[in-house]
Amino acid sequence: MRTPLALAAGLAAAAALVALPHFLGRSGVYLLSYWVVFVVATMGLNLTVGYAGQKSLGHAAFFGIGAYTVAILMKAGLSFWLGLPLAALLCFASGIVVGFPALRVQAIYLAFATLGFNTAAWLFMRNEEWLTGGTFGIKDIARPSLFGVSFDGHRAYYYLCLAVAAILAALLYGLLRSPWGKAFTALRDNPIRAESLGVDVRGYTLLAFAIGAAYAGVAGALFAPLLEFIDPAPFSVGASIMMYLMVVVGGPGYFFGPMLGAAVGVVLPEWLRFAQDWYLFVFGAAVVLLMIWLPDGLLSIPGRLRARREARAASAARAAAAARLDGGGR
Amino acid sequence: MTDLLQLTFSGIATGSIYALAALGFTLLWQASGTINFAQGEFVMLPAFAMLFFAAQGAPLPVAFVLTIAVAVAVLGWAFKRGVVDPLFRHGMMAIVVATIGLSIAMRNGVRIYSADAHPFPSLFADKLLRVGGVTVSLADAGTLAFALVLVVATQAFLARTLTGRAMQAVAQNTESAAVLGINVPLMILYTFAINAVLACAAALLVTPVYFGKFDMGESLGTKAFFAAVIGGFNNSRGALLGGVIVGIGENLAAAYISPAYKDAVALALFMVVILFKPQGLLGRKEERKV
Amino acid sequence: MKKALIALAVAALGSMPALAQQTIKIANIVELSGPGTTSGTNFKNGVELAVREINAAGGILGRRIETSTVDTQSNPGVAKGLTQKAVDQDVFAVFGPVFSGSIMVSMAETRRAEIPNFTGGEAAAITTQGNPYIFRTSFTQATAMPKIARYITDQAKAKTLSLIYVNNDFGKGGRDMLMKALEKSQTKIVADVSTESAQVDFSAAVLRARQANPDAIFVYTNEEESARVLRELRKQGWTKPVIGETVLTSQKVIELAGEAANGAVAHVGLTVDAPIPAMRAFRAKFEREYKYITDHNGIKGYTGMYVLKAAIEKVGKLDRKAVAKAMHGLKLRVADHPGILMDVEFDKNGDLDRDSFLTEVRNGKQEVTATLPPLSRK
Repeated sequence: MRTPLALAAGLAAAAALVALPHFLGRSGVYLLSYWVVFVVATMGLNLTVGYAGQKSLGHAAFFGIGAYTVAILMKAGLSFWLGLPLAALLCFASGIVVGFPALRVQAIYLAFATLGFNTAAWLFMRNEEWLTGGTFGIKDIARPSLFGVSFDGHRAYYYLCLAVAAILAALLYGLLRSPWGKAFTALRDNPIRAESLGVDVRGYTLLAFAIGAAYAGVAGALFAPLLEFIDPAPFSVGASIMMYLMVVVGGPGYFFGPMLGAAVGVVLPEWLRFAQDWYLFVFGAAVVLLMIWLPDGLLSIPGRLRARREARAASAARAAAAARLDGGGR
Repeated sequence: MTDLLQLTFSGIATGSIYALAALGFTLLWQASGTINFAQGEFVMLPAFAMLFFAAQGAPLPVAFVLTIAVAVAVLGWAFKRGVVDPLFRHGMMAIVVATIGLSIAMRNGVRIYSADAHPFPSLFADKLLRVGGVTVSLADAGTLAFALVLVVATQAFLARTLTGRAMQAVAQNTESAAVLGINVPLMILYTFAINAVLACAAALLVTPVYFGKFDMGESLGTKAFFAAVIGGFNNSRGALLGGVIVGIGENLAAAYISPAYKDAVALALFMVVILFKPQGLLGRKEERKV
Repeated sequence: MKKALIALAVAALGSMPALAQQTIKIANIVELSGPGTTSGTNFKNGVELAVREINAAGGILGRRIETSTVDTQSNPGVAKGLTQKAVDQDVFAVFGPVFSGSIMVSMAETRRAEIPNFTGGEAAAITTQGNPYIFRTSFTQATAMPKIARYITDQAKAKTLSLIYVNNDFGKGGRDMLMKALEKSQTKIVADVSTESAQVDFSAAVLRARQANPDAIFVYTNEEESARVLRELRKQGWTKPVIGETVLTSQKVIELAGEAANGAVAHVGLTVDAPIPAMRAFRAKFEREYKYITDHNGIKGYTGMYVLKAAIEKVGKLDRKAVAKAMHGLKLRVADHPGILMDVEFDKNGDLDRDSFLTEVRNGKQEVTATLPPLSRK
């Protein structure tokens, strides 16, 4: 929020998010809630991939662990409000475990290791029917209530998701502005230099995974009651790849990147349905074009405009200086 | 014992399929640092092109040659110019996501043309050979032989010919290659063209087993990625080794450990390999740069 | 000119609600991408073919049917949103989805909105939840599997059986039902082998099934995988019976597996090769329209649409609740409703029962060897 203009835009966006459900039907509110859930998940992935530079392709596994934790606990009669923090905690712990390979390998090898983890987690969800309902999934997952306020309605549940997302976004914002945040980016930009400057590379790498995973866990915990049903399908390797796509398209390492990225991944295909049979083809092509146009993601637009403006100003200044010099020489 | 041999041989045959797709993966990575998440679709498209030409009455060899011509232009030149060149200097993430988008577009484009699985003529006669209690189909043996020939030929081309050496020089150090007077862009273009040709060859060999279907590239691409990582991403021979290891590993895990967890068992084993030999089995170590 | 255009636009807008009242809106919510593509595409084509015919013949109760088709991407999360959208648009009935995960979420939505929902899914759990708005277009696996189990025990006389199934809701659901059906019979299951969808190498699976030395092998996977299993069975020299349900002897599997398909036996609820003139005529019509031969999913969509028409006509008005109520216990005969292709009856859960067929692949063709009566008539 560098300028008052940006602040105003942010406030307007927040107001729109609060007001929007009242102008939408059930399906519109549902789509919006779906988007918010993916914003939470990709905020976590943005920390791992965008800020800390770890190539993780297993984020959907954490998302699934969160969803199953809540679903299983609620089916066992426990409260959603107990399930939510437990989901986050469990994902935090698994994030640390998955982070360990990252201490030894990087880039494609890390992508491979995280893909492998995702495959294993997915198989577990599908095979262990006694716990997860296997391929048939878990149905009739109730939506929670708090202090007598029920979040069963579609708008009410949306506001719950939005509130959780807002809290998590604020936490992440604080974290990124703290010395921890600086350590994460140092890790991404130059791990060797970071190490020599005294950053605990081991610890921060693991933390980047663990915190990212915890966000996915919370998103999963919101996802299960949103659908009121879960099966292993949305937690596959393919889903992880889509989340990675969302982060990169939105702008990795930009705070608001996941909001735009998740919109591209969740809302854009729905919006493209007017293209009928062709809508997924158009979606794929749009992603390719978007990357070619904005390789650093959608949120690189403001920076790019600024750079262009500065370049223009600089060249104008140069031209003026040259003219002065010319004039002086004559 | 014969069972074990049977599984091993089947695994090798399947693995050589993975290897064919993985080979292109490693080539592109070496030459341009491209990780192509649409590699599976790069095999699927030629399969459909061949089916299309065959449906127009072309015999299979003619269809194959025509497909190669189209593939070199589209999957080679156009892919490089249109997608990789603009993104090259922006690093891996942008290229990865662009190729993910490309794979979505290709898969769903073909799906509109046909959502069905199509049988594909095999190069080899439908014959079974019995060797010491193990049954091998002629197609399995032929695929393996073909994969070996392609890997050896690619290696020989890279190591023995002037062009191949120049391509390797580019792969190892682009700047010094340029200083030596090598036409770097042309060499990279060659790599993309070779990748396209290899994809066509892979399509010819794998489609009789995979069947021509819009989503055939999805699993093939993932397996090829695994094979490339395990074998060593910066080595073409590694692709074959990696493919064969994945093929055998899955079969043995399914037969002796758990069919339901076979993918995970195989991956867990590879993960151990990767942790102790992060460059893959035949890969060179890449220096960390400050 | 501009004024004329505006007038035209206003007229068009104004006439739209009137038009909407005249039509019966149907939402086709199906798998057109992702793993369910083949099933969903066939189902949708069947529905649309029936709709075109019905509209050409004057619609239902004199009203035209208006369909909208949307793709669930084989993803329950997307299917839920699409079903809500259909509810928002006030459709009269929903057709699809075919995959049971998607059905589980979509049928909760249609139930809440009291909209009849015709599904292509075969999983037993769909109709065991007391949902009064869900109706099948094909057998539940709980009906189909006992039929083939009876064949395995009584006719194939298999004392031991190995299972190879695909570990998704379709395959696992069918396997569970078959195991239940065989529990009290003479046939013992000696090997139970899980496989993946899109699996290519079946040597280990076939080996495991074969090593148990069974009298027969039961194969329950999707089309392409079935073809690969059949090839592998032939490769490993398996000569004893190979038995399946619906998929194994389908035209697509025969086309893909070639010679290896010969000798495979399967129970089939719906097949375009059934020795019924109406079914043959349907097969020809479908092929003329879409340039390929449909599997059972095309028949499901087609007959499902005609069942809805019959139910609405029975009620005599466009009342969703009354139609859903009339569906329970509905008995339809082809003589009165040619579009349903085969006599059919619905029970109180929304399950259906009708004749089915025992088929065998001979010389690269599916041949019907016996017609099995509905379970209820036995």
